[in-house]
Amino acid sequence: MRLLRLFPDDTKIPFMKWRKWSFLFSGIASVLCFIFLYTHGMNTGIDFQGGTLMEIQTKSGPADLEGIRHTLDALGLGEVQVQSFGADDDVLIRIVRQEGGDEAQTAVVTKVQAAFGDSVEYRRTEVVGPRVSGELAENGIIGVLAALALIMVYVWFRFEWQYSLGAVIATLHDVVMTIGFFAVAQLEFNLSSIAAILTIVGYSLNDTVVVYDRIREMRRKYKRLNLVVLLDLAINQTLTRTTNTALTTLLALAALVIFGGEVIRSFTASMLFGVVIGTYSSIFIAAPILIFLDPQLAGDKSAKKIEDDGDEAAEPA
Amino acid sequence: MLYFSRWKVTAILLTIFVSLVVLVPNYLTSDQIKNYWPSWLPGRQVVLGLDLQGGVYLLYQVDVNDYKQKRLKALEGDIRQAMRDEPRIGYTGLGIQGDLVQLKIRDADKVDEAAKRLRNLLNPLSTGALGGAAVSEFQLEQGSDGLMRLGFSQAGLDKRLGTVVQQSIEVIRRRVDQMGAVEPSIQRQGSDRILVEAPGEKDPERLKNIIGRTAQMTFHLVDLNVSPDEAAKGNLPPGEILLKQKEPGGMPMVVDETPLMTGEDLTDAQTSFQSQTNEPVVSFRLSTSGARKFAQVTTDNVGRLFAIVLDDEIISAPRINEPITQGSGQISGHFTVESANDLAVLLRAGALPAKLAVAEERTVGPGLGADSIAAGERAALIGTVAVVIFMLAAYGLFGIFANVALVVNLILIMAIITILQATLTLPGIAGIVLTMGMAVDSNVLIYERIREEQRLGRSPVSAIDAGFRRAFGTILDANITTLIAAIVLFQMGSGPVKGFAVTHVIGIVTTMFTAITFTRLVVATWVRYRRPSVVPL
Repeated sequence: MRLLRLFPDDTKIPFMKWRKWSFLFSGIASVLCFIFLYTHGMNTGIDFQGGTLMEIQTKSGPADLEGIRHTLDALGLGEVQVQSFGADDDVLIRIVRQEGGDEAQTAVVTKVQAAFGDSVEYRRTEVVGPRVSGELAENGIIGVLAALALIMVYVWFRFEWQYSLGAVIATLHDVVMTIGFFAVAQLEFNLSSIAAILTIVGYSLNDTVVVYDRIREMRRKYKRLNLVVLLDLAINQTLTRTTNTALTTLLALAALVIFGGEVIRSFTASMLFGVVIGTYSSIFIAAPILIFLDPQLAGDKSAKKIEDDGDEAAEPA
Repeated sequence: MLYFSRWKVTAILLTIFVSLVVLVPNYLTSDQIKNYWPSWLPGRQVVLGLDLQGGVYLLYQVDVNDYKQKRLKALEGDIRQAMRDEPRIGYTGLGIQGDLVQLKIRDADKVDEAAKRLRNLLNPLSTGALGGAAVSEFQLEQGSDGLMRLGFSQAGLDKRLGTVVQQSIEVIRRRVDQMGAVEPSIQRQGSDRILVEAPGEKDPERLKNIIGRTAQMTFHLVDLNVSPDEAAKGNLPPGEILLKQKEPGGMPMVVDETPLMTGEDLTDAQTSFQSQTNEPVVSFRLSTSGARKFAQVTTDNVGRLFAIVLDDEIISAPRINEPITQGSGQISGHFTVESANDLAVLLRAGALPAKLAVAEERTVGPGLGADSIAAGERAALIGTVAVVIFMLAAYGLFGIFANVALVVNLILIMAIITILQATLTLPGIAGIVLTMGMAVDSNVLIYERIREEQRLGRSPVSAIDAGFRRAFGTILDANITTLIAAIVLFQMGSGPVKGFAVTHVIGIVTTMFTAITFTRLVVATWVRYRRPSVVPL
């Protein structure tokens, strides 16, 4: 059986030559993300904003969104969003945070249930009070920063600080792009989105570390090699692995996006996007950026480890 | 790298076998487990999260301000009493100012005596005898001109709040236990919050009604000499308050502020039916001291009304026709059987020491839960099959090895979730599917490495050996970075998101295990029996 190979062996794709373009592209895209974020804002869910979310399912036929909106407007609860959710009898209602404390928020559910009575099935109800929502947002930001810091330390410890910085720049790039994706697609940004971002951080670093690992290995082996040539070689050698792993992960995620249900769609869709971006950044950002950080990689103090990792075990066992 | 000692092989196979055994109860009903499954084997099933089996997640916040006001009010009363003791101490301006109770002692000579009496009210919470600092609930601040201020000490307030949360949890547990049906988990969160999770609960409104009610029951004498209209204008005699009736349309009533009795004097409460009207009522039984008090009051006040008050609302106000000495009575108040039942539960379980407010509420109906399980299973199946097909196409025979490892990985993940009784949520299922996608990464790393080594001219055995050895360091580094992100997520997450972090973390660990043990074992066995002249990669 002929095996499926996406790339021929010994590819010599000049990634380093393209680095100007990839940096330019990523730079512009990042700026656009910020601009879009500033002009359009995020579609923040109730987790971070407070308020009420209800998913209802009509018992008789497709839902009449206009009618539902009308009924809700009559309750005088302020801004109300009504949207179809997956199926045509499934409706998602979002109601803004009410004036007043926690009790005012929970009262909303009672009012809505009184308005619709038994004509619908209440599939899901979420109420987040003003105090909790602030904390959730804070914890989310702290969590992402803490993860980045810890990973930076780990990579620094295992490699060199240049690698650590490069990995974090590439990962921050992914985080910015993913947040931009949320803003552009107006996907709901909630607690699970933070989880998605952390997962993307993990995946992207995983990818970056694999390429870095190869770069480190080659630097030990070919000390005189020009860094540009070496980086190109390392990226090319790990290319099949990078794309194959990205593909299997994307296959699994695509199954989740398509079949995993509406409830976690913003979670799974953003991860799908993030894995693509993470793969791109490992190849086009994380590796090429090493050339700016320090051409000689601080003299490579790990060079003396060569003996442990050398070829003496390469003889047939 | 290709040699395995016999005990290692045994250990790997045993791990997989044990995992399979652990999984079996998931496919049995609870009856089957009870009757046929040997009790010495693990009989646990996977715990499904609220989003999968439906249920309620309620985060309550102790209303600290309400609690403070209550305590300050009590302190104000105590101060008034203390100043009245002989010899009396004259004062002016006693009242609550924000977080303080303040008063001014009239006579400069008596300031020291007053301060002494006030110090007795500071309510020591720990003596400091065991080395810790002495902590009192309140602290006294003396100003000039006989000004006295009593406010909370921070340490004292924290300590009291701790107790309040603890007591609230006990009360909630008693209430919920008596409701029957659900088995909620009730736990403290942070300094002033209580988390109640009730999987499978179908009536969240009733649960909320039972948990969130303060249920402070008091009996007060009614003063019919003051008209409610006058009272509403603020013309209340000192020591009396105006309370509204629970029944819509009922006239408010003026009652003594100091209750005759409180819910603490009750020993039992049950639903029963009034003999004449067959209306549901709540009958209660009083403690011995409560019964004595009640007998005394009813003897002294025959003919007057007394109000039965629940959380500052009058439920009913019967007339005392004759002294009640047997220590029991009935509360009627237009109850349905269910509302009478709920009140009885509340009275038996006791009052909450402070008001609780819902800070966060998430409810999932059983319909959505079932749909989510179906969606999760479908996505998991299709995702896994897609990965399996790709691996087969990309790596042929070695793809089969990877796929067998993938199945083993899945078995291990599910077994660990079952053993640890970690909660499986919909994002958790997503975590497993994602792991399926990422797990083959280690195989990909190893295989690509073997390919490279072989193309460098190594013999199959040497190439495989070097492939595993060299890929191992990469696998470790790559997975540890992913693991760090996942553990951070586990630390900060709650509910469904935490469920994702759990399966993701478990998945990373099992992936590393299967890559460096199981896959290697399979490949080594294949090499030993086939003696390949070339690795088909």
